[in-house]
Amino acid sequence: MNSWGNIKTITKRELQAYFASPVAYVFIVIFLLLNGFFTFMVGGFFERGEASLASSFFLWHPWFYLFLVPAVGMRLWADERRVGTLELLLTMPIAPWEAIVGKFAASWLFLGLALVLTFPVVFTVNYLGSPDNGVIFAAYLGSWLMAGAYLAVSCITSAITRSQVVSFIISVVACLFLILAGFPPVINLLQNLTSHGQWLVDVITSFSVITHFEGFQKGVLDSRDIIFFLSVIGFSLFTTSVILRTHRTT
Amino acid sequence: MIKVANLTKTFGTKRAVDGISFTVERGEVLGFLGPNGAGKSTSMRMITGFIPPTSGTVTIGGHDMLENPIPAKKLIGYLPENAPAYTDMTVQGFLDFAAAIRGLHGDAKRAAIQRAVELCFLQGVLHQNVETLSKGYRHRTCFAQSIIHDPEVLILDEPTDGLDPNQKHEIRQLIRRMGATKAIIFSTHILEEVDAVCSRAIIIDRGRIVANGTPKELRAKSEWAGAVTLRIQGMAAAAVAEKLNQLRGARKVTTATEGDRVTVTVFPRVAGDGDLTREVMEATNGWQVEDLRTEEGRLDEVFRSITLPDTAGKEAKL
Repeated sequence: MNSWGNIKTITKRELQAYFASPVAYVFIVIFLLLNGFFTFMVGGFFERGEASLASSFFLWHPWFYLFLVPAVGMRLWADERRVGTLELLLTMPIAPWEAIVGKFAASWLFLGLALVLTFPVVFTVNYLGSPDNGVIFAAYLGSWLMAGAYLAVSCITSAITRSQVVSFIISVVACLFLILAGFPPVINLLQNLTSHGQWLVDVITSFSVITHFEGFQKGVLDSRDIIFFLSVIGFSLFTTSVILRTHRTT
Repeated sequence: MIKVANLTKTFGTKRAVDGISFTVERGEVLGFLGPNGAGKSTSMRMITGFIPPTSGTVTIGGHDMLENPIPAKKLIGYLPENAPAYTDMTVQGFLDFAAAIRGLHGDAKRAAIQRAVELCFLQGVLHQNVETLSKGYRHRTCFAQSIIHDPEVLILDEPTDGLDPNQKHEIRQLIRRMGATKAIIFSTHILEEVDAVCSRAIIIDRGRIVANGTPKELRAKSEWAGAVTLRIQGMAAAAVAEKLNQLRGARKVTTATEGDRVTVTVFPRVAGDGDLTREVMEATNGWQVEDLRTEEGRLDEVFRSITLPDTAGKEAKL
């Protein structure tokens, strides 16, 4: 019971911290503006004449998250270390993993909130046609899981350094790899390079968030995709705990 | 309450803390002294469980810090060096968080916050953002956090650093009051604080304990302990020095002339020798002695003589 209480307390504090600073509002406004612009202007939502959000709305999410999620995650540990509050946090009667999960959960919930605030686009498509709302829901779930995977990677980079800027840059690069591994031009390039090594291409593309997000966009809740995202999150949070422990020992 | 045994911490090849052992019981206030970089903060970080020791053990109220950290940490209130606090919260919010994570809820939490706020004089800034607080208030906010759960063990790393003299006085009073029922360790490099607050003091240098005792015992180690200073009118310094140098208990005599008065200090052969005063009084019988006093010894001098200057290696940054 106690772990749950501790995680909740930490999550609550982190969420308060987000909304006490302008970061939260700036993030949400930019995320919504980007979504609106790309869906309706670049994605050609109206021109398509489809009652679907897959190729006009969700298509862009891996790319938005590339910059926005590291911006949310960069302060998680870097700031604790810079200000020195890490010392307070880790001398409280809580296990380090509770702090890691609590802080991650707060940021993930925050990203979830930003995602929920895109609801007008769902209303729009329902007003104009009759889309399959199950598909839309699956895609939202996939988008949120993908954001969680990016965020967990940002947790690692944030724990590595005291500087938020460094954390941001490293985490953008790491997330870019997660995208590019499944980006069609890159896949083609890999296939040309390895004429008789399809397995290598498969291994690399299986690490891509795009490959795993595709299913969700089509409304397919494949357990393999869900497990992929959850295992990225689990592995990254575990790595974060190892890094934090290493800092304290040496 | 606090038991530290053979605590050692090495950073790379540097031994920051080198086998220190001591215990602190309830009702004791232990002063932790030492030059910068002597290993005070590193020791405190190990005692509070922030960094694991390379070897050695820390036991808080019977709980081993390494093997059973949560119950051990529950007993501790900790004020880290530089008093960090979440800058993106109000004082109220910060204390609320500190109380909640210590397992306080509802009325108990409200009462705990109220008590800590009153003890640390934070009423005026309760709804202010921590970021906008002056250094003294920020310090007290972090201090309030450390006492919010009325802990049995308090570890305070330079609790009066950066405070104005009034605030320093208040915090010292507070520590001394709480020292009656708690086990307290606090580090400082202000020696008056040791006299004002501590029941016992440890001097640590280059990671080792070089002195351990009550402030009085430490002072007795000074060459000034038991020295006799007197002011004499109408005599030549040389004559006075010659006469007093012949005393059995005198090790050396220093003189300073000011007008027709000579101020003489006779240092004892054995520190804290009580007989010297009597000897000096007998020897000076008939002289025009205006003032005569026995020194208790000086802490700063003890401190300087047993710690080496410039141990100023960098403290571990985390």
